[in-house]
Amino acid sequence: MTTTTEPPAPEAEPRTSSHRLGDSVFSGLATAAGLTIMLALAGVAIFLLIEGAPAITATGESVYGEDNIVVYVWPLLYGTILAAILAMIFAAPLAIGIALAISHYAPRRVATYLGYAIDLLAAVPSVVYGLWGRVVLAPLVLPLYVWLGDHMSWLPFFQPPVTHGRTILTAGLVLAVMALPIITAICREVFLQTPRMHEEAALALGATRWEMIRMTVFPYARSGVISAMMLGLGRALGETMAVAMVLSAGGFVTINLIGTDQPSTIAANIALNFGNASGSKINTLIFSGLVLFVVSFAVNFAGRWIAARGEVKS
Amino acid sequence: MPLSSREAIPLKLTHLRRALVPGLAALTLVLTACGSDDDGDTGSGSGSDDTASLSGTLAAGGASSQQAAQEAWIAGFTAVAPDVTVTYDPIGSGGGRENFISAAFPFAGSDSYLTDDEGELTAATERCGGEAPIELPNYVSPIAVIFNIDGVDELNLSPDTLAGIFAGKITKWDDKAIAADNPDAKLPSAPIDAVHRSDESGTTGNFTNYLSTVASDAWDAGEIEIWPKSYGGQGAQGTSGVVDAVKGGTNSIGYADASQAGGLGVANIGVGDEFVGPTAEAAAKILEVSPEAEGATDTALIFDLDYNTTESGTYPIVLTSYLLACQSYSGDEAEAGELTKAYLGYIVSEDGQAFGAEEAGSAPLSADLSEKVQGIIDGITIE
Repeated sequence: MTTTTEPPAPEAEPRTSSHRLGDSVFSGLATAAGLTIMLALAGVAIFLLIEGAPAITATGESVYGEDNIVVYVWPLLYGTILAAILAMIFAAPLAIGIALAISHYAPRRVATYLGYAIDLLAAVPSVVYGLWGRVVLAPLVLPLYVWLGDHMSWLPFFQPPVTHGRTILTAGLVLAVMALPIITAICREVFLQTPRMHEEAALALGATRWEMIRMTVFPYARSGVISAMMLGLGRALGETMAVAMVLSAGGFVTINLIGTDQPSTIAANIALNFGNASGSKINTLIFSGLVLFVVSFAVNFAGRWIAARGEVKS
Repeated sequence: MPLSSREAIPLKLTHLRRALVPGLAALTLVLTACGSDDDGDTGSGSGSDDTASLSGTLAAGGASSQQAAQEAWIAGFTAVAPDVTVTYDPIGSGGGRENFISAAFPFAGSDSYLTDDEGELTAATERCGGEAPIELPNYVSPIAVIFNIDGVDELNLSPDTLAGIFAGKITKWDDKAIAADNPDAKLPSAPIDAVHRSDESGTTGNFTNYLSTVASDAWDAGEIEIWPKSYGGQGAQGTSGVVDAVKGGTNSIGYADASQAGGLGVANIGVGDEFVGPTAEAAAKILEVSPEAEGATDTALIFDLDYNTTESGTYPIVLTSYLLACQSYSGDEAEAGELTKAYLGYIVSEDGQAFGAEEAGSAPLSADLSEKVQGIIDGITIE
């Protein structure tokens, strides 16, 4: 199966009969478009490699006082991945629930408007999310964090002292809201693709609605849902402005989600420090960008692979 | 041309103009009174008696700390001399000095004065035709220690306590050191949420320079622009981020440009036996009590801020920024020199300083210093 974001099936283009002008022009344009994006991607990769390379051997002042580039980038990478994973923990179940509500549970009219509302979330600029997180959400969740620190400190995630609400957990929540529309939109479309006959067959066999969804919709939509997750994860990994504004970026490696000392993320760190960076510090920041590029690439690749593997079954 | 420059200024010009019309008259008088030596043959046709008749483009830049004030001054100056386009590129102090030395900028703003540590003073002297460059303090801005503590409206902090809080060594508001500074306040037994800049920042640089000078025991990281990780605390992006974090936090404290403190409690800092708040007057006073730096001359009014001062009524945590210019401009630079002289004259004039204070929260120069600075600018010659 395919998601609706993919182009129509290739059999629409007959390969041997393209003698007409229109056909050759159009195929030329399409090929050029495809090549352009490949060139852009290659250009970005080459730029990151060339500009980031000097940082590999950098020490001291060039890597902001750390011993070497690994010591500098590793905590940032840790924070990036932690924030993204937290975001997915919040966003994934919520997105699937919303998508199911829209596709199978809500009355059609309500579902349409709910769909619009979720899509609108994607149109909100990340700076606005950042402001909201910093001014509204962080003070709002602080009492909860204090409570968690007081009563749940037997878990390593909730260690006092809790002094502020701008932690990686808050950043994860904001990222979850930002990733939600992408995941929901794709899941919704995929759920709607479930063949009507399958669903009706399940219902005819006496399945309840939940059983019908479990037996027909989920297996059919599995690879699409995973693709959606990967796209959402990509968004969460690369988000810059919102994290820079919400997170109290400290660069610590910790699994304490609510404490005073918090990790930073690669993208947020670049946003915070690029403006004042000069000379070899720029190389260091670009190198961290290269690391993020590779990680995002790997995530997308893994997503594609999982999605493709699931396709065989359906 | 003037139209495009107006678009670039994010201020309501009509409003500005209304405020500046009285200022215009006064300024023209000042310039008429003391500007008779620049009547060279390349000068503007009507001589120096009328700033309004100047025209041309003046492109300079430098310290980003001055940006807000420069924008205000440009708006004010454009209202006085509508045919002049002034731009100030906030590329940073280092970039400003570099471009001044290479003569790309007729003048520059810099948070530090010229020294010969890297040969900049010599290079600048060369650039100015062998005459020592002019260095004038034009922008003094207090850095306030802002706080948000339940039930506490007034907070006094001695330098050691302040350093202890930001270094993460004092972690509770009812710590003995804080209580000793504030015998009457009801301090909560809550953890301190100390907020610092998470981006590289000149404000952090000035703040830590102060801390390392007055409390080197408690603050041993020296003067740094990126917060040391080991000192912990909450990091926030930019001045607005710190202000938001302090506002949104409970029992929080941070440092920010005083003009941005908006509604938050502002701590009084221990100076000698008293505690002083970051008022403009108290901040401007630091230049009066500070000794002139090594290398200060009649045209280089440079200071080494005396953070350890015990002078009453002085607020020590300030950011100072300088203007760099030449004593004389000739040849190709004559026109730019003419505009520089007029523009710098406006900046340090009473109106300019008052306007900067209003729009950017800087501390106006004291009358004494202002007079000296004005005298030096009047001495700029155009050949």
